[in-house]
Amino acid sequence: MIAHLPILQVILPLMAAPLCLMLKRPQLVWVFALIASGLAFVVSVLLLQQVMTTGVISYELGGWQAPWGIEYRIDKLNAFLLLIISGISTIVLVAAQTSIEKEIPKDKHVYFYVLYLLSLTGMLGIVATGDAFNVFVFLEVSSLSAYALIAMGQKRQALWASYQYLIMGTIGATFILIGIGLMYQMTGTLNMYDLSQRLPEVAQTRTVFAAFAFVVVGVCLKLAMFPLHLWLPNAYTYAPSIVTAFFAATATKVAVYLLIRFTFSVFGVSFSFTTIPLETLFMALGLVGIFVASTSAIFQSNVKRLFAFSSIAQIGYMIVGFSLTTVTGLTATLLHLFNHALMKGAIFLALAAVIYRVGSVELTNLRGLGRQMPLTMAAIVIGGLSLIGVPLTVGFVSKWYLLIALIEEGLWPVAVLILLGSMLAVVYVWRIVEVAYFKEPLDKNVIVKEAPLSFLIPIWALVIANIYFGIDTRLSVQVAEAAAQSLFGGAL
Amino acid sequence: MLIDLFNHWIVITLMMCGLYMVIAHGNLIKKLVGLAVFQTSVFIFYISMAKVDGGTAPILADGIVHYSNPLPHVLILTAIVVGIATTALGLSLVVRIKEAYGSIEEEEIQQQDIQHQKNNAHTKVKLEEEA
Repeated sequence: MIAHLPILQVILPLMAAPLCLMLKRPQLVWVFALIASGLAFVVSVLLLQQVMTTGVISYELGGWQAPWGIEYRIDKLNAFLLLIISGISTIVLVAAQTSIEKEIPKDKHVYFYVLYLLSLTGMLGIVATGDAFNVFVFLEVSSLSAYALIAMGQKRQALWASYQYLIMGTIGATFILIGIGLMYQMTGTLNMYDLSQRLPEVAQTRTVFAAFAFVVVGVCLKLAMFPLHLWLPNAYTYAPSIVTAFFAATATKVAVYLLIRFTFSVFGVSFSFTTIPLETLFMALGLVGIFVASTSAIFQSNVKRLFAFSSIAQIGYMIVGFSLTTVTGLTATLLHLFNHALMKGAIFLALAAVIYRVGSVELTNLRGLGRQMPLTMAAIVIGGLSLIGVPLTVGFVSKWYLLIALIEEGLWPVAVLILLGSMLAVVYVWRIVEVAYFKEPLDKNVIVKEAPLSFLIPIWALVIANIYFGIDTRLSVQVAEAAAQSLFGGAL
Repeated sequence: MLIDLFNHWIVITLMMCGLYMVIAHGNLIKKLVGLAVFQTSVFIFYISMAKVDGGTAPILADGIVHYSNPLPHVLILTAIVVGIATTALGLSLVVRIKEAYGSIEEEEIQQQDIQHQKNNAHTKVKLEEEA
């Protein structure tokens, strides 16, 4: 059993998805999906424990030896990612049943869970696999189900958002496919570890340069890195709230993982950052992304959209940490990956609760909500503080590491810019606080009740995690540091 | 040079035609057609890459020593399935968009969304004034 953990991680939700169709009753399906996702979480915890004690786990699918067969290779980096994805997925699912009651027609509830589990499968698969082509397949599994999930949104704009995402996402995935093809052409292998061994020999060819360019641009499209972020705001705004909470916390993280995996492990640090000046480009784009997206966030009137832009800005922070190509910089990126999942998970779930009670998350609808839904609004405020990077929240920890990494490199001006970027976060979080706590509700006769427990439990679980990991940073920092070091300590 | 890399020229031509269609056309169906052409170019790329000069199909039989690499062909079977799924999903989205907006022209859809937003902003201002 233990030996088969890597494949169980992916196959559990994959098998559970079609089984959902047999259960038919939405309530049952919800419990079933929750159990499947929960089991995936347990598996990821066991995997992380195993990796931290014994090192890399290699699993050969069907007993075919790598590099001929498909290999699942779990090291500290992907074990960490698996934990984030399956954990967030499980917590978000707890609130799913109540939330979709109001947002998705009854007859589609079962399909919602099927798609949700498939999307989860895709993400876990991308992270677990050690085979480049397998990455593409799982990427499409998760993306196709994502398009359908987004299209389930109430408003007709959801359809348009889904269509736009489909076009952009498919171009991105096809770019990755071209890149993988070019790599295969040069090396004759698809196994990532094998690729990392064979690519250096042929590194100075135009084919490998082209492969690198295609893969990086493809991944950046999926990543919604500025200026390839255009699909994200609409998709997050109009998707059903639960879907937004799930994707905001996981989908872009998976793309960040792919970027790290391809640049650091497959192409290798010396190729990605010495032969090609990726770090300068990414540093610039990351910084511009932080400022443009944060400024856009300030001017949004829909709160979901506001936080969607804030997500793009947060990706900017991860990219800046990534572009430093130092162990501390990468640790900061990985920490922010974990922490941002916690923040955005909490915030978007709280917004789902607001939509459940109020029906909309336009800023005007939030007036006076601080008194009517105190626990939900408090969660948004704590999540917002974490976004800003206030001490005692997780946001502080990752910003702190990012600043240390920048100062280590002597990049003072960039450190100042990062702090300024955080100031912009203060502005957009304050706008929400002001409306929710200092304005009277539009219609005082309408009584809005606090969100039901099925929302409050997962929201506060995430909020408490936000504070807990902001104080006791042992687990997250230890794992992130170990993962970053292993990425620099040679190949996979 | 031109003849040697004939397949590659075709791949690049198709790829650029496809991408251009996706970017330049406002009609949602045409965009999907472009996307399909773009994806097809990648299929051809994989298939031509696997071809070995003078090689036949990889069958275990007497007299066959020289054969093409079957792996990319198998890979591309998977990619074709993915492509079909994407096109099918895209087309069904277009059907729903047509039902919801009454149009499949990008400009008209965006126009309607902007109009919708303006109306919303208008009522919001009114509500706030009343409050």
